[in-house]
Amino acid sequence: MSMETILSVKPLFAVLVSLVAIPGIVSSRSQNIREAWTFGAAAIKLLLVLSMLPLVLDGNVLTFTLVQVLPDIGITFKVDAFGLLFAIVASSLWIVTSIYSIGYMRSLNEHSQTRYFSFFAVAISATIGVAFSANLLTLYLFYEMLSLATFPLVTHHQDKEARSSGRKYLFYILGGSIGLVLPAMMITYHFTGTLDFAAQGVMAGHINSGLALLLTVMFLFGFAKVGIMPMHSWLPAAMVAPTPVSALLHAVAVVKVGAFSVVRVFTGIVGTTLLSDFGINGIVCVLASITIVVASLIALSQDELKRRLAFSTIGQLSYIVLGIALLTKSGMTGGMLHIAMHAFGKITLFFCAGAIFCATGIKYISKMKGIGRRMPITMTAFLIGSLSVVGFPPCGGFISKWYLVLGTVESGNIAFLFVLLGSSFLNAAYFFRFSTMLFSAAKRR
Amino acid sequence: MTSNLPALVIIVPLLASLVAAGAGWFNRKAPFYIAVIALLISFISSVLLLAQVVATGVAIEYQMAGWPAPVGIVYVIDHLSAMVLVVITFVAFVNLIGNRQAVETEFKNKEGAFNALYVLFTAGLVGMTATGDAFNLYVLLEIASLSGYALIGLGSSRAPLATLNYLFLGTIGATFYLLGVGYLYIATGSLNMADLATIIPSMMNSSTILFAFIICLTGLLVKMAIFPVHGWLPGAYSESSTVSAGLIAPLTTKVTIYIMVRICLTLFTPEYTFGYIDPTDIMVAIAVASIIFGSLSALAQKDFKRMLSYIIIAEVGYMVGGFFLGNRMGVSGAILHIVNDAAMTLALFMAAGIFIWKTGDEKQSSLKGLYAKMPFTMAGFTLAALSVVGVPPTCGFFSKWYLISGGIAAGQYLFVGALIFSSLINAVLFFRIFEIALFEPFKSHHHAGDEEDKVESHHGETIVDPGVIESAQQYSGSDSHDHGAIVIKEPPLPMLVPFLGVCVLLLILGLYSGSIVNNIIHFAIPAGII
Repeated sequence: MSMETILSVKPLFAVLVSLVAIPGIVSSRSQNIREAWTFGAAAIKLLLVLSMLPLVLDGNVLTFTLVQVLPDIGITFKVDAFGLLFAIVASSLWIVTSIYSIGYMRSLNEHSQTRYFSFFAVAISATIGVAFSANLLTLYLFYEMLSLATFPLVTHHQDKEARSSGRKYLFYILGGSIGLVLPAMMITYHFTGTLDFAAQGVMAGHINSGLALLLTVMFLFGFAKVGIMPMHSWLPAAMVAPTPVSALLHAVAVVKVGAFSVVRVFTGIVGTTLLSDFGINGIVCVLASITIVVASLIALSQDELKRRLAFSTIGQLSYIVLGIALLTKSGMTGGMLHIAMHAFGKITLFFCAGAIFCATGIKYISKMKGIGRRMPITMTAFLIGSLSVVGFPPCGGFISKWYLVLGTVESGNIAFLFVLLGSSFLNAAYFFRFSTMLFSAAKRR
Repeated sequence: MTSNLPALVIIVPLLASLVAAGAGWFNRKAPFYIAVIALLISFISSVLLLAQVVATGVAIEYQMAGWPAPVGIVYVIDHLSAMVLVVITFVAFVNLIGNRQAVETEFKNKEGAFNALYVLFTAGLVGMTATGDAFNLYVLLEIASLSGYALIGLGSSRAPLATLNYLFLGTIGATFYLLGVGYLYIATGSLNMADLATIIPSMMNSSTILFAFIICLTGLLVKMAIFPVHGWLPGAYSESSTVSAGLIAPLTTKVTIYIMVRICLTLFTPEYTFGYIDPTDIMVAIAVASIIFGSLSALAQKDFKRMLSYIIIAEVGYMVGGFFLGNRMGVSGAILHIVNDAAMTLALFMAAGIFIWKTGDEKQSSLKGLYAKMPFTMAGFTLAALSVVGVPPTCGFFSKWYLISGGIAAGQYLFVGALIFSSLINAVLFFRIFEIALFEPFKSHHHAGDEEDKVESHHGETIVDPGVIESAQQYSGSDSHDHGAIVIKEPPLPMLVPFLGVCVLLLILGLYSGSIVNNIIHFAIPAGII
C-alpha cells in the first residue's frame, strides 16, 4: 500500500457534471426530458465519484488545481478518504432525492420546477466541491456557492413566510461566513502563510493559544450550517422549503457541509495538537453538548413534524462536532461516520414527512393519529429511520454512536458520555412516543 | 504605427469628438458610429500597449511632438497606466454600444453633442492616465471634468442643479491640485513627474513640498468624492442619464484613485509618501469613515442609482484605505480594485439602464417580479451584485482579499472591520433587491391538500407589461399552473449581450486575479514597498 498523490481531473469533472446539465434542464421542452438530464448527471456524478474509490482505498490522494487565484493559493481539489465518503453519501442520495422530488413536486403540482431542479443541481455541485476541497479558500468558495444556491430552494413558495425564512437563513449563513469565517480565514492566512489542509494543521507554531481559541470559535460559529447554538435558528425556519429540499439539503448536503467544514478546519487548519494542548477542544465539547441537550429538549415540544426533525438534526450535528473535539481515535471515527449514518437515517424521516404531507396534507404531529394504519409502509420506514437516528443496533446510527460513546470513554471525560446517553433517551422519547401514538391511536379508534 | 500607439490612444478620441460634433449636423446616426469606432481603436491600442509592456517589462516613453523631457511633454506607458488605459477604453466602448437605444431616445437631436462629449470625456481620462507631466495632467483633468459636467447636465430635470453642485466642488478640487503643482514648480522648477521624482528626495524637509503634497492630495480627494467631501457625487450620478452615469461612475473615481497612486508613488516617491510623511493612520481613518458612511447611506436609499452612488463612496474608501496601508498587499488590493470596481460599477449601471428601459423609473420597488420576466438580465445582475458583496470566485472577493490581508499586515483592524461590515451591508442591500424581484408581487399559492392553507388563491394572476405583449414569448411550461402566464421579455440583444459580457468578465477577472497581480500589478508597485 503506497501513499501517492495522483494528478487527476476526475474531481473537477465530478463537481462540474451537474452544472453542465443545467442548460439541458433549463432548455428542456418537456418535464420528462428535463428530469432525464437530472438523472443523467446524477448517474455520471456517482460513477465518477465511485471510480475514485479504488485508488483512494489504496491510500492514494487525487489532486487537481483548476486555477491559481492567489499567488500561493489555487482553486484546488484533493480527494482523500473522508472527502470521498462524504461525496459518495451526497451523490448517491441525490439520485434518490431526484426520484422523490419528481413524485413530490408533480403530485403537489408545484410551480417553477425547472428553477427547482436547476438550483438543486448547483447545490449538489457545490456540495461535492466542498468534499473535494484541498484548501480553505476552495472550501469557502463552494460553501458560499451552496448558501446562495439553496436560497431559491428554501424560498421556493415565494410567499411572505418564505421571504422571512429566507431572510433568517441568509442572516445566519451569510452573516456567519462573511462576518466570521472570512476574517478568521484571512487572519489564519496572515500568520501561517497557507490555507492548505495539512495532516497536523497549519496553526501550530504560528499562532498563540488565545488567538487560536478565538479563531476556532469564529470558525465553529461562522460555519453556521453546522447549527451550533446560538447559530441554529435558520434550520427550523428553512423548513418552509418543499420537503425534498429539506430532506437532501437540510439533513444531508447543507448541514453536513457545515459539519464537514468544521471537521476539516479542526483537523487540517487548527490541528489536533493545538486543540488539545490549550484545552480548546474542551470548550468546543461543552458548546456541542449544550446544543445536543437543548436541541433534543426543544424537539420534544415541536408539533410540526418537519420542525421536530429539524431540531433533531441540530442535536445530531453537534454529535459530529463533539466526536471530533474529543480528539480520540474512536471519537473522530464516530464523528466522521455519523455524517454518513445520520444522513441516511434523517433523509428517510424527511421523505416520510413529505409522503405524509403529499398523501394527506397533514403537517402537525397532533393531527397524525392513526396514520400508521393508513400508510403502513411509510410509517414502517419512519420507524426504521428513527431507530437508526436514536442508535439501535443493527441500524447504521448505532455504529457511529458506538464509536462516539467509545470516544467519550477514551477521552476520560465521563460527563460527555452522559450527554450522549441522556440525549439518546431524549431522541427515543421524541420519536417513539410519537411513533407508538401513530399506531396505537388507530387501534383505539 | 506601433511606435505611435501611445499617441493614438488619445488622439483618435480627441479628433473623433470634433468630427462627431460636426457630423451631427449632416447625419443623425453618424456621430454614434464615429464614437464607437474611435473608442474601439483606442481600446485596441491600449490592449496592444499593455501586451507590449507586459512582454518587454519596460515602460514606453513617448515624446509628444518630439520634444524631449523634462521640457517637452512625455507620455509614459508603464504597467500601471497601460492597465488603467485598457480599463478606461473598455468601459467607454462597452457602455456606449450597450446603451445605443438609450442614446437614440434620450438624446434625440443632440446626438452630435452627446457623442462628442462622450469621446472627449474618454480622451481626457486617457490623457490623464498616460501623461508623465504634472501640469499636462491638470489640463486633461479639466477636459474630462468639463465634458463630464456637460454630460451630467444633459440628464433629468434636476440634473442641472446636481451638475452645478458638482461643478463647484469639482472646480475647487481641480484648483487645489493646480495650486499644488504650482508650489512644486516653484520649489523644484520642473513639471515632469520622473524629473520631480529625482529632485524631491533631496528636498525632503522642504515645507513647500509638504504643502504641495497635502494640497494636491486634498484636491484629488475632493475629485474622488471621499467622505466628507462626497456631497456632489450622489446627485450627479443619479440625476444624469444612465448612459452618462455608466461612463462617469465607473471611471471618474477610479481614474482619480489612479492619479493619487501615480502622484504618491511616481512623483513624490514612496520614500517621501510613506517614509517621510507617513499618512497611514489619518488616511485609513478617513477611508474607514467613508466606507461606513457610504454603506449606511446606501441602506437609506429607495432609488437604485442613488444606492449605487453611495456604494461608490464606500468603494472609494476601500481603495484609499488600501493604498495608504502602505504595504504591498494593500497597494495591490487598491490597484486591483481599480480594475474590479470599474467592471462591477459598469455592470451595475448597465443593469440600471436595463431596469429603467423595462420599468420606466429608478425605484427599487418597481423591480417586482423581474426574475420571472427577464431571467438572463437578472442572472447577470445577480452575479454583479454578488461581486460587490464579495462572494468568490467573482472579482470583488479577490480585491477584498488583498485589502483585508494588507489591513491585517498593517495592524489596521478598524479597516478590516469596516471592509467586513461593508460586505455585510452590501449583502443586505442587494438581497433586498433580490427579494423584491423574486417574491413580489406576492402570489397566494396553495396546495391540493393543504389543510392549513384555506385562503382561496386567485388563479391566473397575470403579470403582463402591456407594451411588450406582441413580441413576447409565452412561457407555457406545465409547471406554472396557478400563477398565470408570465411574459418573458428580455432587452434587445445589443443591450443584453454587452451587459452579460461584462458580468461574465467579473468571473474571469476573479479567476485570473492571480495572473493580473503577478504579471501587471506586481511590476506597477515600486520595489521599496513590501
